[in-house]
Amino acid sequence: MSDFSFWVILKNLIWATQWTIALSLIAFIGGGIVGLILLFLRTSQVKWLEVPTKLYIEFFQGTPLLMQLFLFFFGVALFGIEVSPWTAAGLALTLWTSAFLTEIWRGCVEAIPKGQWEASASVAMNYIEQMRYVILPQAMRIAIAPTVGFSVQVIKGTALASIIGFVELTKAGTMLNNATFRPFLVYALVALIYFCLCFPLSWFAKRLEGKLNVAR
Amino acid sequence: MSLVSIRDVRKSYGTVEVLKGVSLEVEKGDVVAIIGRSGSGKSTLLRCINGLETYQSGAILADGIEVGGLHANLRELRRHVGMVFQQFNLFPHLTAAENVMLAPTVVNKTPKKEARAIAAEVLAKVGLSEKMDAYPSQLSGGQQQRVAIARSLAMRPKVLLCDEITSALDPELVNEVLRVVEQLAKEGMTLILVTHEMRFARDVGTHLVFMHHGKVHESGKPKEVFAAPQTPELQQFVSGIG
Repeated sequence: MSDFSFWVILKNLIWATQWTIALSLIAFIGGGIVGLILLFLRTSQVKWLEVPTKLYIEFFQGTPLLMQLFLFFFGVALFGIEVSPWTAAGLALTLWTSAFLTEIWRGCVEAIPKGQWEASASVAMNYIEQMRYVILPQAMRIAIAPTVGFSVQVIKGTALASIIGFVELTKAGTMLNNATFRPFLVYALVALIYFCLCFPLSWFAKRLEGKLNVAR
Repeated sequence: MSLVSIRDVRKSYGTVEVLKGVSLEVEKGDVVAIIGRSGSGKSTLLRCINGLETYQSGAILADGIEVGGLHANLRELRRHVGMVFQQFNLFPHLTAAENVMLAPTVVNKTPKKEARAIAAEVLAKVGLSEKMDAYPSQLSGGQQQRVAIARSLAMRPKVLLCDEITSALDPELVNEVLRVVEQLAKEGMTLILVTHEMRFARDVGTHLVFMHHGKVHESGKPKEVFAAPQTPELQQFVSGIG
């Protein structure tokens, strides 16, 4: 058995971290775009647009992320479509993220006083224009803190992708543990790296929250 | 044909009927002051005219456009019917000039430069030329309300609806807003005002409408109506305010 030194373990974990970051970014950016589209549908006051959106959100919020990953990875394969762990993880995390972001942002949109809707409506603006020029610029201010806060959940969520064979930080940790039999060291390092990714974000979110509350 | 024609409009919230068959004709250049107790339906009526509220029966035509129809062209309607609110409702993330320019550029697709000229013109009209680049939070209540009037004027409305536009103001700021409205009236702007300013209603209004329990209870020329109220309800209302 070759001896894995501490540095070899760390180097491998850091190498794997880039895939955790990549998957998080894909989920967050993809989820943000899908979430924004869903936000428009969800707040449109048009019933046949709102109801399916609501069901979509309920599904992704009401089932475990792990089940969603399984559905995308194993479920889709049943239809004869070959899905790589990359595609399955990216897709599942994107949709999962979008559902949560839509709900967070809907709360922010609904926090904008009704008078803003009425004033913009009475100068003949339509729904999309109201959102684009009046509501979202104001909602964004209050959305920043909870959105950054949620990004921490996304990063931690990517760990589940290890189960469908996606090699990111957690999966790399498992593989290294299998080779070295030093679980405490390996998983402590894995946890530390997650913490280094997440802590600055949650700290930043808290700071933003305080700052915006003062500005209000 | 009247500019705004309200015919037997009824509206209920659940089982509570707030408008019980209101009819009103407003001609071009009229200044109609609607008075009445809170809960008499006057604000609701005003909000029905530009489609902010729906109604169950009757008809409202503003500039020939049916307001309440299933396929009502509210966008076209609202380009011609402006509204000013009690709480100003300025867009807090935009400067005074940007507040005014937004609808012309977005809705009418007016080029930025031209829109800026419109903003300069209407803000001058309300006496706020030097505040073009101020944010709403930097303005007094009276100034904010004048920017809100300018914002409506930028769309060149044919009629302007004013919903208790001085009620949220400190007493010493009321006059600067009323002066602007008076000036608009003199220039021939058609105005429908829900107001508690009785003196203003009498001096500037061309028509007075007293609403009571969801109906037009009494109406006529302001000076005549105030001098000799016909119904006990209006007598009581007028004397109550002193």
